[in-house]
Amino acid sequence: MPRIPMTGNEAAAYAMMQINPDVVAAYPITPSTQVVERFSDYVNNGECQTEFVPVESEHSAMSACIGASACGARVMTATAAQGLALMHEMLYIASSMRLPIVTVIASRALNSPLNIHGDHSDTMGSRDSGWLQFYGESVQEFYDHVFIALRAAELSNLPAFVCEDGFILSHTLEPVDVLDKNEVAKYLGERKPLYNLLDTDHPIMAGHLSLPDSYMEHRRKLAEGMMEAPKFIDQAYREFAERFGRKYDWIEVYDPQDAEVAVLIIGSAAGTAKETVDLLAEEGKRAAVIKLLVPRPLPVERLRKALSKFKVVAIMERTDSYKNHGGPMFSEIAAALYHHDTRPILRAYHYGFGGRDIFPEDFMKVFNDLLDMASGKKEIPETMNYVGLKED
Amino acid sequence: MAISIRKLARQARELAPGHRACAGCAFPSIIRIVLSVTDDPIVVVNATGCMEVVTSIYPYNAWPVTWFHSAFDNTGATISGIEAAYKALVRKGKIPADKKIRFVVFAGDGGTYDIGLQALSGALERGHDFLYVCYDNGAYMNTGIQRSGATPRHGATTTSPAGKVIPGKQQRRKPLTEIVAAHDIPYAAQASPSHWLDLARKAEKGLLTEGPAFLNVLSACPPGWGFPEEKTIEISQLAVETGFWPLYEVENGYFRITFKPKEFKPIEEFLRAQTRFKHILNDPKLLEDFKEDIKREWERLEFLASRPRPQE
Amino acid sequence: MKSWKELEPAPFIPEPCTSRAIKTGDWRTRKPIWHEEKCNHCLFCWLYCPDSAILVKEDKMIGIDYDYCKGCGICSEVCPDKCKAIDIVQEVK
Repeated sequence: MPRIPMTGNEAAAYAMMQINPDVVAAYPITPSTQVVERFSDYVNNGECQTEFVPVESEHSAMSACIGASACGARVMTATAAQGLALMHEMLYIASSMRLPIVTVIASRALNSPLNIHGDHSDTMGSRDSGWLQFYGESVQEFYDHVFIALRAAELSNLPAFVCEDGFILSHTLEPVDVLDKNEVAKYLGERKPLYNLLDTDHPIMAGHLSLPDSYMEHRRKLAEGMMEAPKFIDQAYREFAERFGRKYDWIEVYDPQDAEVAVLIIGSAAGTAKETVDLLAEEGKRAAVIKLLVPRPLPVERLRKALSKFKVVAIMERTDSYKNHGGPMFSEIAAALYHHDTRPILRAYHYGFGGRDIFPEDFMKVFNDLLDMASGKKEIPETMNYVGLKED
Repeated sequence: MAISIRKLARQARELAPGHRACAGCAFPSIIRIVLSVTDDPIVVVNATGCMEVVTSIYPYNAWPVTWFHSAFDNTGATISGIEAAYKALVRKGKIPADKKIRFVVFAGDGGTYDIGLQALSGALERGHDFLYVCYDNGAYMNTGIQRSGATPRHGATTTSPAGKVIPGKQQRRKPLTEIVAAHDIPYAAQASPSHWLDLARKAEKGLLTEGPAFLNVLSACPPGWGFPEEKTIEISQLAVETGFWPLYEVENGYFRITFKPKEFKPIEEFLRAQTRFKHILNDPKLLEDFKEDIKREWERLEFLASRPRPQE
Repeated sequence: MKSWKELEPAPFIPEPCTSRAIKTGDWRTRKPIWHEEKCNHCLFCWLYCPDSAILVKEDKMIGIDYDYCKGCGICSEVCPDKCKAIDIVQEVK
């Protein structure tokens, strides 16, 4: 298949065109805007038959997507930051109503102050909403995951985010091996909805009220759905590898030197971290990168397996959760490892907020600190470790 | 269709009994009239509120047609998504093109005048094919009678009480039907269940109109307004006959008043019948304001209705 | 009430009109009594009953469903003056 230079946003729009969803209800917001713009071009030029609804806000975007998805339609949208935050009440509804909506997110910082650049505060802020989450390191990886996310969503009947770092991937040209549209259709198959409002011969009521005597049972059902999701994500990955030849996994470990220290990271900065590992190897130093591609659902067993061999791991996050104990993933990973026999020392790091760049020199410092800690020469504080922050 | 009560009864679609609406609630009869003027398949989207809550307590579904609820503020957007899915699936041949489904929203004044206004406005602007029925009881009744944009001036509610210093809600009611009509949609109307034939005709027009249609229907509320529960229809009739609730329709921007008594009944009759207004009767200034608000609205409606229609 | 395992897979009720299982008739403190001989079958009571408790068959009113009637009294009020076919009486339980 052809290799085309595309930005992340162009790749997302292209993927959506290939998928040809039934409904896309979306609102523009930087840095995801071009997804909607390019997709509108495809629609208006007849390259797909999607009903595009140019809604008047992101809250309405998710509301319209939920209504459409409840009719058995294949539904997608795109947003970022404040737009995702504005959808927040509806995110919980999409998952609890078991609607496999896929939302492309060009991850961006949340206000205040206003910042339109890439970080993970938006998607991490929605991590309890019952959505699957996939993060691409490169435009290629992100493009592939648009299809994988949709397949996984429709198999598990849960909605999914597929994320590209705002501006860093969304606006950067990278070569993309595009898939064949017909093969995509075969990969995705037909959606099998749990219910369908348009089947008016069998009138149902969806979205009822539940008193204290039944709400908890309904929610247990949702938890069960999330517990079954891993096998469907595995299936989506397996089928993708079989059909398209590219193999992905929830966690990618880059450990060419059998290191004792590692950084765990999500998104595009993983690439820079891997480059730094190679630079360190030239100096005879051993370090590793653990890239987390799917933090939702939390891959507990995979995390235990991947992390347990290391002595010290820095959990590097492109956001904070303002609880005085590291970012969101730091606490979750610590909890996942808590009862495991072998576990590394964990340290909470923050980097790259609001599009602040991170360079190999920055990773060098982190790895060297971790190596010093592993050899007893230095103590790194448990939390509040910032990379690239103007301290004084 | 030539509408008669018998015809409505023959093809009746109504709420099943066993729902938990207050004794004497007006909206079940509004639902009955709207659903029974057609036998086309219907998908209802209901906003959070009295109607939604009392008819959807798991596992007791009071609705005879397909029904959906997701949130309070978004019925305009929700119905847009449903209508879009329908269009897409017809276009892709997954639903037969001759299977006509009617998309109907039921939302209270809370979910329409206030928190849901943006979503409604967007849906109207985009021109989706649906009928939006607002059942207007003039306050956020489901949460216990708090003021809404629909509460009339000086009306007492729990968040605009008739106090010693501030006597009820200080702002005039939002002229929502006119706001909706100003979106230049094919059909908008105001109705009351007391004038059932007028409501039924408007409901039928709204359902058959291609594109957005809107009905604002007065929904008298015994606990919220403070009147005995058997007087619901009588109070609705008084609301119309005193001029408090004008009955009119707007077709493609042209206003027509569909009911005007030769002489309006005195507004005092309407005020006297409800505890939410009794403080108004004791204060000439408040009474003057209340009459002034009605006069102001009628002057505007008469002016709008005087615009000559183009020759057919 | 169902256990979580028996529940529908998402929050939906698969059948219409299941509210019939709740007999709201026990809400009443007063009840309507219909006098068939005075009735002209205008069906206003059917039109306005909030609880679908006025039974109609073949264009005629045939009775009141006391399983659901909440005793609001609307039927009696809307019955035309010339008929006054429905009285409201206190219900003694």
